[in-house]
Amino acid sequence: MIIKGNIALSENGFVFNPSTGDSFTLNNTGKEVLMMIKKGKNISQIADLMIAKYDADRITIERYLEDFVNDLSMNNLMED
Amino acid sequence: MTNLRKVTVAVTGLNNIDSPGPGIPVIRGMRESKDFDLRIIGLAYEHLEPGIYMSDLVDKTYMIPYPAEGKDALFKRIVEIHQKEKLDVIIPNFDAELFSFIKLEKKLEELGIKTYLPSLEQFEERHKSNLPAYGEKYGVNVPAGTEVFSISDLDNTLKSMNYPVMIKGKYYDAYKAFSLEQAVSYFTNMSGKWGLPVIVQEFIKGTEVNIIALGDGKGNLIAAVPMRKQYITDKGKAWGGITIDDKSMLDLAKKIISKTKWKGGMELELIRTSDNKLYLLEINPRIPAWVYLAVGAGQNIPEALLKLTLGMDVKPFTKYDFGKMFVRYSYDMIVDLELFSRLTTTGEL
Repeated sequence: MIIKGNIALSENGFVFNPSTGDSFTLNNTGKEVLMMIKKGKNISQIADLMIAKYDADRITIERYLEDFVNDLSMNNLMED
Repeated sequence: MTNLRKVTVAVTGLNNIDSPGPGIPVIRGMRESKDFDLRIIGLAYEHLEPGIYMSDLVDKTYMIPYPAEGKDALFKRIVEIHQKEKLDVIIPNFDAELFSFIKLEKKLEELGIKTYLPSLEQFEERHKSNLPAYGEKYGVNVPAGTEVFSISDLDNTLKSMNYPVMIKGKYYDAYKAFSLEQAVSYFTNMSGKWGLPVIVQEFIKGTEVNIIALGDGKGNLIAAVPMRKQYITDKGKAWGGITIDDKSMLDLAKKIISKTKWKGGMELELIRTSDNKLYLLEINPRIPAWVYLAVGAGQNIPEALLKLTLGMDVKPFTKYDFGKMFVRYSYDMIVDLELFSRLTTTGEL
């Protein structure tokens, strides 16, 4: 699970893909998750950190994370 | 204080309208050069081309005859202008006038006026109607297409194609047609406006991306900046765009410039499909109207073109900023009737 190296993520959650010119806006949770993916963490490791922070069970959190990663892939932000 | 080289440059394409000519952004780029003291002469076809009245960019404007009047009429007018202005360089910016300027290249050179244009062969082979052969010759994906000369021709062609199809004018304009009736209407409109043939092209779905390139005529790519259109007008023109980091587009520009030994500015109009294939839709044989984005991204292509025209050494650009955007806008200038009347009566302003 590797995000493309040239993807830019700003402090305010603005994501820019310089290869396609696409840009996206993330909410705080999305930004937090994307930063963890950029640091090389996998879904299980991110879920560990999020369970401690949010009032939700692991299954729910992992399902949301998988959906999110799927969205990132669909929008050409992840390495194949 | 440095001694700047004094150069008088004539520029066409001052129609900074909703389907803008490249003249004004070309002038803006050249004006930003730190090497020249420029006198800019506008060459205009219509009295209301906005650039005529932009006195901070254009020092003087002369009316010139329409391309349809032929190269001799154009040459005669340029000689008149040259006697007053001592032109060093002409930068033509319209597809429709390039044929005449290419034909006049030697005669202009004899007068001491330099141009930097593709050869007639290079110019002709990249015509929209020749695109399939061009794609095959240079190994580039192009949409299937053909030229049509009559409505019955169009009818026959469409029998073997799937809708929608693109109906394109010889020089400008392109419309998507979803039925024979629509295609006939666009054919009639386009043939009346730009003459025959009209081009019928397979519609390729994807993202519109363009690349501006400058070739030195020896196969070297001097400058290139890829851009994705972000906001497209109903005329298909980019009203906003962003530079992108796309190696495959740069490679394509390099391949085309190198194989064709293209001399001068060009624009490749491309579509990137969802399976990441690039299709070449058109090659515009001159600098595009969005050139100022390239200047803003670090490649002053108009300045480089001027230097090449003057025989100066220009090192190829090696980088540009990606993620730079342009947002076009319209602006109302207030013009005194006296200026307009002077232009219409004397042909110069």
